[in-house]
Amino acid sequence: MDNPKNEITNEIVEYAARLARLSLSEKEVAVFKVQLGGILNYVSQLNEIDTSNTPPTSHAIPSLLNVFREDVPVKSLPREEALKNAPDESDGFFRVPRVI
Amino acid sequence: MKDTLNGIANYRKWLNAQKRAFSDIASDIAENAAKVNDSVHSFISVDKDEILLKAGNVEKSGHSGALYGVPVAVKDNICIKDVLTTCASRILEGFRPPYNATVIEKLEKAGALVIGRANMDEFAFGSSCETSCYGPTRNPWDISRVPGGSSGGAAAAVAAGQVVASLGSDTGGSIRQPGALCGIVALKPTYGRVSRYGLIAFASSLDQIGPMTRNVEDSAKLLEIIAGHDPKDSTSVDIEVPNYSKELGGGIEGLTIGIPGEYFIEGIAKDVLLRVKEAMEVYRKLGARIVDISLPHTKYALSCYYIIAPAEASSNLARYEGVHYGRRAKANDLIDMYIKSRNEGFGPEVKRRVILGTYVLSSGYYDAFYLKAQKVRTKIKEDFDAAFKKCDIILTPTSPTTAFKIGERMDDPLSMYLSDVFTIPANLAGLPAISIPCGLDGSGLPVGLQLMGKPFGEATLFKAAYAHEKNNIN
Repeated sequence: MDNPKNEITNEIVEYAARLARLSLSEKEVAVFKVQLGGILNYVSQLNEIDTSNTPPTSHAIPSLLNVFREDVPVKSLPREEALKNAPDESDGFFRVPRVI
Repeated sequence: MKDTLNGIANYRKWLNAQKRAFSDIASDIAENAAKVNDSVHSFISVDKDEILLKAGNVEKSGHSGALYGVPVAVKDNICIKDVLTTCASRILEGFRPPYNATVIEKLEKAGALVIGRANMDEFAFGSSCETSCYGPTRNPWDISRVPGGSSGGAAAAVAAGQVVASLGSDTGGSIRQPGALCGIVALKPTYGRVSRYGLIAFASSLDQIGPMTRNVEDSAKLLEIIAGHDPKDSTSVDIEVPNYSKELGGGIEGLTIGIPGEYFIEGIAKDVLLRVKEAMEVYRKLGARIVDISLPHTKYALSCYYIIAPAEASSNLARYEGVHYGRRAKANDLIDMYIKSRNEGFGPEVKRRVILGTYVLSSGYYDAFYLKAQKVRTKIKEDFDAAFKKCDIILTPTSPTTAFKIGERMDDPLSMYLSDVFTIPANLAGLPAISIPCGLDGSGLPVGLQLMGKPFGEATLFKAAYAHEKNNIN
């Protein structure tokens, strides 16, 4: 969504909520708009730092790269166990409401 | 129960002298935990039958384990097979994990009596334990105050003697800050030191499991047991686990302790500052060298964290949609079910962070927020790399204030986030850090001292923390 001034509007809150599969009440939108605006305004201080020559850090252990294992089958969680917490199941599958 | 208040070694001495079956003792432990819970609410619930069931397994395990019979509380986000594990969230209502976290396997192998359901902020999003959907935990030192968070229940359970030790998780200070506010020893190990297999993920580049204990010796002992490489966690590092307990007790002459000016800012409570300065004096008298250091990007750490952590959380929490486990809302189609289940299942702080995280990752904002924060993260890490060329450990307060009143910071997320301003940098840089008690403030509330170490430098932290514990007059 286009938002050149980086302002937090009702539409922006609703847009992010929609992406996150949440739907908010009008009251929630109003509260989050103010709170998220405050937080994003605070974190905009990061723009004070020149990072043009700085690589990003995605996690703290640079030596940890591409952890592989031998491609041998190992025992996995039995199907009944995996389904034990399912809100709904049928014939060994997770069952959900209609998709289309 | 006073026998649980003096650490593992004393508890085990007492236990060995008992002429009763362990199940009798476990029954007392369960009853005491339930009684104390009425006022402190460190556990979401205390299930006596479950404790007795576990006690039966402990009895069968034989007496040789290093933690034989030791009651250890476990935060509600670490999976215990068949025991309710809900992250204090409605969305995981009724969830009983089909497997144990690796740390649980290790604790049980050592003979510990594992007690789950230690209360927490919902999904570990918070610094006060107030966002639990089951209601807040109270600080055993003053029940009108918060225990800190998010591992507030795990901290309070140790402080109140419901258990001898506990396990928490720390993403931005969630072990250390409640440890400080409850007056106990609380360690966040180096990123990669402890397997996170079975820890319900919050921010995967920051999360780490660690021990919360009555003393430094217990912290070292617990870390020895839970640390180590695990093929089931690809971020756990294959580095040998030292015998931490053996490192305790040596002198600390010549140890260089760095004091970062950036941490001694306005807004620190006067008594916190006083106690921390007294701790520096303790170290000076023991022969440590105190040097000034600089961590220039400290003031950006909070901003950096409040982009990275919600971003990762929004991704990790995408899995809660009512299909595989937990709460499912009634709905006519699939998308509607996702939305309704999440709406009903998540509390306000979770929604706030998921929306914030989704926004900073969304198309058009990724570079401006998430990528920028990751670059600043590099700067913060480089600060530490440079500082550790001049010192062995870094000393700071754990939290700017002692325990605050329940409700005081709930309406202002930013003021709540500031509780973690001193603990967040260690997560961003992946460093080990420990909070130890260093006396009380004018109201009789505990103050925490934080020591940060080099990657995989837990042994040095323990040694320094132990020296303070034995020589502290407070």
